[in-house]
Amino acid sequence: MTFLIQQTLIYGVPLLIVALAGVFAERSGIINLALEGIMVFGAFIGVLFVRIMQTSAGFEALKSAGDWMALQGLELLAMLAAAVCGAIFSLLLSFASINLRADQTIGGTALNLLAPALVLFFIRIIANQNTLQMASGDSASWFMIKKTTLGFDRDADLGFFGNTFLHKVYLATYVCIILFIVLSVILYKTRFGLRLRSCGENPQAANSLGINVQKMRYIGTTISGALAGMGGFVYALTTANCASTGDVAGFGFLAIAVMIFGNWKPLNIAGASLLFGLFKCIAAAYSSIDINGDGVYALANLGISSHFYRLLPYLITLLVLAFTSKSSRAPKAEGIPYDKSMR
Amino acid sequence: MKQEKTPLLRREGSVKLLSSLLSIVIGLVVGGLIVLFVGLGNSEIGADGAGEGLRLIFAGILSTGRDASGALSWGFNPTNVGNMLFRAMPVIMTGLSVAVAFKTGLFNIGAPGQYLMGTMVSLVIALSIDTAAVPAGLVWVLALLGGIAAGALWGCIPGLVKAFLNINEVLACIMTNWIAANVVTWIFDGSAFRNMVENTKSGYIYKTSFNGVATPKLGLDKLFPGSQVNGGILIAILFAVAMYILMNKTTLGFELKACGANRHAARYAGISDKRNIVLSMAIAGALAGAGAALYYLSGNTEFFWTTYQSLPAEGFNGIPVALLALNNPIGVIFAGLFMAMLNIIGLQLTNLTAYNEFITDVIIAIIVYLSAFSLVIRMFLMGRKRKVPPKLGADDAAAPAKIPAENEKGGDDA
Repeated sequence: MTFLIQQTLIYGVPLLIVALAGVFAERSGIINLALEGIMVFGAFIGVLFVRIMQTSAGFEALKSAGDWMALQGLELLAMLAAAVCGAIFSLLLSFASINLRADQTIGGTALNLLAPALVLFFIRIIANQNTLQMASGDSASWFMIKKTTLGFDRDADLGFFGNTFLHKVYLATYVCIILFIVLSVILYKTRFGLRLRSCGENPQAANSLGINVQKMRYIGTTISGALAGMGGFVYALTTANCASTGDVAGFGFLAIAVMIFGNWKPLNIAGASLLFGLFKCIAAAYSSIDINGDGVYALANLGISSHFYRLLPYLITLLVLAFTSKSSRAPKAEGIPYDKSMR
Repeated sequence: MKQEKTPLLRREGSVKLLSSLLSIVIGLVVGGLIVLFVGLGNSEIGADGAGEGLRLIFAGILSTGRDASGALSWGFNPTNVGNMLFRAMPVIMTGLSVAVAFKTGLFNIGAPGQYLMGTMVSLVIALSIDTAAVPAGLVWVLALLGGIAAGALWGCIPGLVKAFLNINEVLACIMTNWIAANVVTWIFDGSAFRNMVENTKSGYIYKTSFNGVATPKLGLDKLFPGSQVNGGILIAILFAVAMYILMNKTTLGFELKACGANRHAARYAGISDKRNIVLSMAIAGALAGAGAALYYLSGNTEFFWTTYQSLPAEGFNGIPVALLALNNPIGVIFAGLFMAMLNIIGLQLTNLTAYNEFITDVIIAIIVYLSAFSLVIRMFLMGRKRKVPPKLGADDAAAPAKIPAENEKGGDDA
């Protein structure tokens, strides 16, 4: 059970934060199909940052000295770097869709094509292979928080909650959850949030009340880019052993599905992303999931092909979209370039 | 409006062509700049290496490798040109697929999935029917038809959910892509189609030539010795012409385009919009499936079957092809050839320099990015061509009003 919860969180949290990224863009009126591409880019920047810092900033010495606070600091800095670069990358989409009133679907697709191409081009030149890894060690030994890092004894039993939430976890997971809560409150309970959302519902009315629609949309897409870039690095850190391969296995698109399934509302999105995280976790580790701890691997014993479990998240997404589409309510003005003269 | 009086450079068609050419030039220049800066910033590549990279990006199709002294040599390279024609074949088909869907206001990003399903069915048919009993030519035709049918069925899924449940076709397409990738791996895993004869090749399906099935060369191999080219490219061109006729000269084509221009108006005029959306996606899927069948029935191509983690680039490259061609089926032929040329250039870069083939993907992405606001580029071109500004107001007011109309094409879905 502990394993199941931890794995679900590991897959669910990147979905959570990237789905929120989608909400910020769409609530301001821009369809951000580029989430996948921004994630790829953010993952690359984060891994590159870790790699450079490992070798050039003396983190090797801190690691061998066991200074785990410094290593967690490095993790946070890498998340920040990924967020900043994700935000910058998303400006390409904002510029095209806000200033040039471009087709947002095609613009987003362009970024989805551009990110893996650029990333792989540089990875091949930097590492001479198609994967960029950490300079030394792996994400578990560098960044994972364990009992021993927190000062407990190796054999200490922390109880169910301790074992689940304090042992073999990543700080990034909790940072993302806190960010999710804070940003959701900002979006729904502050004046700024109301203004942002009004630009996605009725920009003409918002503009007539003195809100700068273009500026709001820039802010929405930039926050979206920052969150998606950070989510990309968190995905790479927690599920891909801190390696960048120019690919996040469709997580960006799954996040969009989570957002639609969650009806553009944070609480529903939180539930949806945990559900999807569970399916992803089953797909990745169905053969070693021991639900009630009796040593029987129930899912593996069912004899269903591993391929079935792998396609399950995508199939479920499609089915879920099919069953919820009638009640889903997208922001009214999303995808339509703002035109003052239509006021 | 006054078509006969418009000078050549201001006609809609030539402005469209110019805007596509401009996108290509900007894409190539940006790609070139990246190569230049990376080269200058990297001591192992240096200015000489950057210069070679630049020359290959712009003229790589004419490269004949390196001569004895290690310098790049240039000239007509029949192998490259033949391979370009060969690689153009699948992207012309997926380009047509995306273009047809675009005409109906749908963004078919599901071409990779349809391509994979077409690949699977055509390979299974081509390898499982014994050519000793059935003539190889008939098997080839059956396999092609099977690929077409599989692609069409797979394309129907996003069409159906779009038409009846109003689910954004982009999301549905992406999900069907990944489902297809897993299904194909599932079907081939443990099957007898895996190549066990050539031990060095693990993870591949048999070439169809193992069963004696291969696309006829039609003499093209004499024209371009050493290349993979075969009659498939001519079939792809025939498909393009057929799609041109279908879209522009038939009632069905008109109905499809009417749904793309305004779904609600089309329904008001008595056209069944739901039927046409499904039909358009089915045709799009069929074209992508046909492209896959043509590629893998060549006899000298192999399919890597553990594909569940990646989607075929041929499918995605249909998008830039269709955008560059501005959804004109005849234009797709040339855009497909250009895309294949970029592909060859990428290989030349990988083989001859310290750069790699991904820079051509960057160029393609930039072209797609530019085509997102091609309307702005076209207006810019129109504006520049206009030496004497016309009566103030008249044209200026008309032009911006057109933008939302064209941009809202696919904008009203969930």
